[in-house]
Amino acid sequence: MTSAGTLKTSRSELDLDRPNIEDYLPTGSSIQQEPRGKLRLHDLLDLSPTLSEAAGAIVDDSFTRCFKSNPPEPWNWNVYLFPLWCCGVVFRYLILFPARVLVLTIGWIIFLSSFIPVHFLLKGQDKLRRNLERSLVEMMCSFFVASWTGVVKYHGPRPSRRPKQVFVANHTSMIDFIILEQMTAFAVIMQKHPGWVGLLQSTILESVGCIWFNRSEAKDREIVTRKLREHVQGADNNPLLIFPEGTCVNNHYTVMFKKGAFELGCTVCPVAIKYNKIFVDAFWNSRKQSFTKHLLQLMTSWAVVCDVWYLEPQNLKPGETPIEFAERVRDIISHRAGLKKVPWDGYLKYSRPSPKHRERKQQNFAESMLRRLEEK
Amino acid sequence: MGTASSMLTQYDIEEVQEHCNNLFSQQEIVSLYQRFCQLDRNAKGFISSDEFLSVPEFAMNPLSQRLLKMVDGINFKDFVAFLSAFSAKATSYHKIELIFKVYDSDRNGKVSFKDILEVLKDLSGPFMSDEQREQVLSQVLKEAGYSKESSLTLDDFIKVLGQSELKMDVEIPVD
Repeated sequence: MTSAGTLKTSRSELDLDRPNIEDYLPTGSSIQQEPRGKLRLHDLLDLSPTLSEAAGAIVDDSFTRCFKSNPPEPWNWNVYLFPLWCCGVVFRYLILFPARVLVLTIGWIIFLSSFIPVHFLLKGQDKLRRNLERSLVEMMCSFFVASWTGVVKYHGPRPSRRPKQVFVANHTSMIDFIILEQMTAFAVIMQKHPGWVGLLQSTILESVGCIWFNRSEAKDREIVTRKLREHVQGADNNPLLIFPEGTCVNNHYTVMFKKGAFELGCTVCPVAIKYNKIFVDAFWNSRKQSFTKHLLQLMTSWAVVCDVWYLEPQNLKPGETPIEFAERVRDIISHRAGLKKVPWDGYLKYSRPSPKHRERKQQNFAESMLRRLEEK
Repeated sequence: MGTASSMLTQYDIEEVQEHCNNLFSQQEIVSLYQRFCQLDRNAKGFISSDEFLSVPEFAMNPLSQRLLKMVDGINFKDFVAFLSAFSAKATSYHKIELIFKVYDSDRNGKVSFKDILEVLKDLSGPFMSDEQREQVLSQVLKEAGYSKESSLTLDDFIKVLGQSELKMDVEIPVD
C-alpha cells in the first residue's frame, strides 16, 4: 500500500503523484534513447534493456541501500590497539553501563514519583497539570539522553508554542523523538508498538498528547488525518512532531515524505537530524534488532553524537500541491543534514510496489512497438 | 549480519570464480557476496522469491516473474553464474543464451510463436491486445523469413540477435 493507496488515481494524477522515478534511477538502467526505425524481429526478441534493468536491481538498488546499516571500520586490528580496545570494552560494559543504568533508574524514580501525584492530584487544574507534566517529560527525556551520553548540538531557534504549526523531521530511530523531546515537549504521531514501548506510549506519552496509528489498517488513514487536523487547531495542545518518512532510514538517505503532514493547512517547520557514527550507529534497523537490544547497544557505547537543526518554517506556496510541498521540505532537510534523496516510499519495506510503475514501463514498450510498426 | 558463513575464504572465492568462468574479478565476487547476504535475510544460504521481490526496482520489472522462475531458491554459486551473463567480459553468445532461456520457459530447446507471444504479453501488459501482439509478431517473423509455425532454436536467436552488439552489461559496485 503506497501513500496513494486509498486515493483514486486518474491518469493525470499518476504523474502529479510522485516525482519521476526515472530521474533518480542510475543512468545505465533507463533505456538510453528511443529506438528508431522500422520494427524488425531483432528488436522484438531483444530483451537486453529490460533484463539489464532487472539484473541491475538485483546487484544494487537504491531502496535497500536506505536500510543498510554500515558497520564502522574496526580499529582494533593491531597488537597494541587491540588491548586498548579490550580495556575500552571492559570500561564500557562494567563501569559505564551500570552507571548509566543507575542514572536511568534514578531518573525513572524521580519522574514517576512526581508524575503520578501530579497526574491524579491536579485533576482539576488542567493548565498547571499540563505544564508540570510537560516539564517532567522533558526532564525524563534528558535522563534518557544522559544514559547514552548523548552529545546533542542544537542549531537554530528553539520551537515556539503556536497554534497551526507542525514539525517534521527525518527519521533514523525512535531516539529521534527523545532527543527532540528533551528540548521541547512535542506531541507525536507514532505507530503503536507492542511490549513495554506500547505501555509507555499509552500512559506517559498520552499526557503530552499523542496520536496512534496502525500501518496495516487502510481505513486508519482518514481517521488519522482527522485527528491530526483536530490537534493542530487546538491552541493548548503541544506542537505536533511528525516523521513523514513513516519508517526508520539509515541516516544517509531520505525516502519519500508522506503528504499527510503537508495538507493540514498550517506552517511546516522542518527539523534535520544527523548522527555522527564515530562511536555508535544510531540507526535502528527494525528488521534486525528489537528496540530493547538497540537501546542496550546505545547504552554500552561511548556516546551518541548528533546535530539537530531547526530550520526556517515553510508554508504552502500558491499553486503548489501538498506533494510538491512535501518534496520541497524534504529537499531542505536532506540538504541541511547531507542526506541523499531516493524516490521510494518507505512503506515498501512492508509491501510490494504498486502495479502502476510496471504499467508505465509496459505502456512505453507497447507504444514504441506500435509506432515503429507503422514506420516504413 | 553474522553467521559463520559470512566470511568468504580465498578458496571459496576461487571456486566461485571458476564456476562462472572467470567472468568476475575476485573483488566483484566479494561485492556480490555482500549483496547476496543482504538479500538473503535469515542467512539460509539461498535467496527466496519473496526476498527478490523485496527489491522494489526488481518487483516492478515486467519480466520479474519469468526471472524468478530461474532464480528462485538460488545459492551463491549459481547467483554469480546467473549474473555472469551481464558481465562486460561475457560473450554475445552467453548473453543471447540467457535471453533464449528467458523465452524458452518449458526448457525444450525451442521457442515457439506462443512462447514469444507470452513474453510480449509480459512486456506490454494491458496496453496491447492479443490480436495486436499476434499481428506484430506475425509481421516481423514473416519479414525475417520465418512463419507462425516455425520454432526458433538457439542458433536462430544467434543469427537474429548476433548481428549487432548486445548492450547487456551491469557493473558490480566495488567498494
